[in-house]
Amino acid sequence: MSVPAPLDPTKSFQGLILTLQNFWASKGCVILQPYDMEVGAGTFHPATTLRALGPKAWNAAYVQPSRRPKDGRYGENPNRFQHYYQYQVILKPSPPNLQELYLESLYAIGIDPALHDLRFVEDDWESPTLGAWGLGWECWCDGMEVSQFTYFQQVAGQECAPVAGELTYGLERLAMYLQGVDNGFELNFNGLEGDRKVTYGDVFRQAEEEYSRHNFEYADTEKLFRNFSEAEKECLALLKAGERPEGERHAQVLPAYDQCIKASHAFNLLDARGVISVTERQSYILRVRELAKACGSAWVKTEAGGA
Amino acid sequence: MPDLLLELFSEEIPARMQRQAAEDLKKLVTNALVDRGLVYEGAKAFATPRRLALTIVGLPVRQPDTREEKKGPRVGSPDQAVQGFLKSAGLADIAQAKIESDPKKGEFYVAIIEKPGRPTIEVLAEILPGIIRGFPWPKSMRWGAASASPGSLRWVRPLRSILATFGAETEDTEIVPFEVDGLKAGNITYGHRFMKPDAITVRRFDDYVTKLEAAKVVLDADRRKEIIKADAQNLAFAQGLELVEDEGLLEEVAGLVEWPVVLMGAFEEAFLDVPAEVIRATIRANQKCFVLRKSDGSLANRFLLTANIEAKDGGAIIIGGNERVIRARLSDAKFFWETDKRVWAEDRDFKRLEKFRNVTFHEKLGSQWDRIERIRALAKELCAVTGADPNEVDLAARICKADLLTEVVGEFPEVQGFMGRIYAGQIGLPASVAAACEEHYKPVGPNDRVPTDKVSVTVALADKLDTLVGFWAIDEKPTGSKDPYALRRAALGVIRLVVENGLRLAVIRLLRIHDVQLRMTLAHKTIAKRQSVIDAAGTGKANSVALVLDKLVLGDVEAPAGIWDLLSFFHDRLKVMLRDSGARHDLVDAVLANGEANDDLLLVVRRVEALGKFLETEDGKSLLAGAKRATNILRAEEKKDGEGAFEAASDPALLTEESEKALHAALSRAGEAAMVALEKPDYEAAMRAMASLRAPVDAFFDAVMVNADDPAIRKNRLALLATLRRVTRQVADFTKIAG
Repeated sequence: MSVPAPLDPTKSFQGLILTLQNFWASKGCVILQPYDMEVGAGTFHPATTLRALGPKAWNAAYVQPSRRPKDGRYGENPNRFQHYYQYQVILKPSPPNLQELYLESLYAIGIDPALHDLRFVEDDWESPTLGAWGLGWECWCDGMEVSQFTYFQQVAGQECAPVAGELTYGLERLAMYLQGVDNGFELNFNGLEGDRKVTYGDVFRQAEEEYSRHNFEYADTEKLFRNFSEAEKECLALLKAGERPEGERHAQVLPAYDQCIKASHAFNLLDARGVISVTERQSYILRVRELAKACGSAWVKTEAGGA
Repeated sequence: MPDLLLELFSEEIPARMQRQAAEDLKKLVTNALVDRGLVYEGAKAFATPRRLALTIVGLPVRQPDTREEKKGPRVGSPDQAVQGFLKSAGLADIAQAKIESDPKKGEFYVAIIEKPGRPTIEVLAEILPGIIRGFPWPKSMRWGAASASPGSLRWVRPLRSILATFGAETEDTEIVPFEVDGLKAGNITYGHRFMKPDAITVRRFDDYVTKLEAAKVVLDADRRKEIIKADAQNLAFAQGLELVEDEGLLEEVAGLVEWPVVLMGAFEEAFLDVPAEVIRATIRANQKCFVLRKSDGSLANRFLLTANIEAKDGGAIIIGGNERVIRARLSDAKFFWETDKRVWAEDRDFKRLEKFRNVTFHEKLGSQWDRIERIRALAKELCAVTGADPNEVDLAARICKADLLTEVVGEFPEVQGFMGRIYAGQIGLPASVAAACEEHYKPVGPNDRVPTDKVSVTVALADKLDTLVGFWAIDEKPTGSKDPYALRRAALGVIRLVVENGLRLAVIRLLRIHDVQLRMTLAHKTIAKRQSVIDAAGTGKANSVALVLDKLVLGDVEAPAGIWDLLSFFHDRLKVMLRDSGARHDLVDAVLANGEANDDLLLVVRRVEALGKFLETEDGKSLLAGAKRATNILRAEEKKDGEGAFEAASDPALLTEESEKALHAALSRAGEAAMVALEKPDYEAAMRAMASLRAPVDAFFDAVMVNADDPAIRKNRLALLATLRRVTRQVADFTKIAG
């Protein structure tokens, strides 16, 4: 491969992202940008959660910054961040050669199948907050989990018909392996050396420290409880307002789904702050799921949902 | 005779499902064939991560022909009946039917339905699609464009192709012509995903196996296991190390590769500070690798991984990658281990156990905290029986679940108990207390070791008895094959703890006390809730609300009728245990029929043992026969004179014969001796007392006619036999003993 280091997936973090973008663009995916809200995983992007539903074909790929407040370690753990990147691909219906496409994407980023041990190891995926589940694998490269591969069976409480295939690459971990570094903060971000080199730590370490403080110590829990309830209320109100008489399409799902995302993030922060007991935890998860399900059943009454 | 080769080629099948799926495939296909008159010589099924395969050899070319006679209506029956018969027999005209006659029925129609056997290949084409569609995967899925329509094919992961050939050994095979959801059966399969992915044309099982092997696929899981094990042992041996064998892991790893290549990696010596079990659990659970030990038994800083390819570089990159992951995992484990040690050292009062208040043990049985409190109360009671130090027992009972709060156990649940022992030892708690943290879970199965340390025994009993009483109280008993809370195992554990440690434990008393305590604590919660509901209802409605609630509350504190049921559960387990150890379970029934509670399980076992030994002696066999004879006579005569007619003591004045006088004397001596012996209890002595009856009983039956003409003498003799029955019954009900 004779690409300059700033574009080389084995030499720069951005090169990895750009290579995946090019790869999936060449396979016919719509290359989207990250969703502009705080989400816990790439699956929350409406381009996955909602577009996975309904009969219409949909092929998309995007990077999604993901926030898991509880995983904050004040920048002290080289492997765990409260903010990290997922590369997300969704293909509906799942093409018959999805496994081969996925492997080809690994070859594209510099993983040679004649040298590496690539494996599909059982891992059934379930998201209790999204009311979603699927069957698939964790994909291993030399004993390391580098992606999650799922055939969605149900999302937002709706059966998937047809089934979508979802691929999620953990970008930091993959980049660490490709660049041969053990500390995520030492990842070369821009592929340059010397003074011009920018590391992942240069970009994100301060954020990890600050957000860890926020997530564990300073986030205003009263406000968050309020946010949760308000988002929950608004989600349902927006869905209700978007309802139309029998035979007409639903008129307002995406804004309602945004509120579901907001509720989910408020819950994640409250959970990190340790103010939700074990029993309450379950009930909050159920409440978010109810919102996701309500959005799912409204979505299939919209144009993009196939109505 | 022709053979069938079937292969279902798919995306990666979960390792844990492969073996069962292969067996299911074999059973379903062979059963369907046999049902259709097609018997075969042999069948074998195989699985790899990407395929299920089945070979059936020695099938007939076609089904046998069948001939069936179908009786129809009488000649001259109404047309409707005749038409119905034609339809059901598949005849066009009644002239095709035979006419038979019968003296009773007269003349009637008979249709001869002759079915020529169909070619086996057609039968296969007919049954295979249904078997594939209805395959009993534990979890299955839909995929691809077809999944837009309801009823699309489900498989464990997407099914990619089907190979099905049929034909005799010496001839070319044919493809079994069928199709499932657009997948047409053929004679093509594929080799190793990375090393030889090309299509392979196959004729029959022989060339299938050979061609697969050439395409880097070892079809047979047991062979893959042998290869992995042998290579692992060789690699270990070359380094002067020994493989820590792990059958479960071996089975799983063999299900993750089609072409096993075992490689050795290493990790930093410094990680060996972490307990070996934690290292092993880390490497096993996350990386599916084996660990190795040195000749002194300690863990080596090496591991063995099983790759799925022969890498160009001999595996150096694969080893490097695995080492990186294992290093990261062990760093985590080491961090967890050190965090836990610090927590245990700092919080010596175990204030953190308060967290258990928020951990649900079971929705109806309260929190983990409640459960620990119950175990403590029960363990305290048990000290009198086990003779354990009550202070040590209380500490052990209180902290026996503390390791559930540790980071290491949170990450690796399988080391629960073990970690408690290690951490407790680290902070210098008494050795018995530390041991109990691990041993109170024991024995885990019928072959597990039973603890002997008194503290461990006490807490182990309390733990299991609380589980049993609790789940009995909320009516969650095992049914059939369902035993989600492993209650059978718990009961067996109690029995083994008691018997193997020689403990005299009156279970009923203990179960009742514990049951009451359990119900009271549960009811307290209900009562507290009741008050809050009544308060909320306001004065106007308070009374009627209270009335409804009290019904619920009283329902919760009902008398413990289930306790006797629980005891009989113990008795059942005891029978199973004795039977499994080769003892006669009819002896258990005989012993349990003595009319007492028999809640002292140790005594039941001792009594069964003594009885078994006694019955092996000549005296025993003979007395058994005599006692049975006496009982039979009594039963027959009681039918005439009524139940209990002979229960009065026999009158010595009416004893005429020497042998009946001798029996009378022997019975009163033996009865007395047995009673004293049982009181002690000394079952050998009780059996000796029984043995002393053998000669007088034999002599009695030789010389005496029980049913004498004189009714008073008859009654007296029968009373003597009734005494014999009573005396022997103190030991066992002989009528329940076989032989």
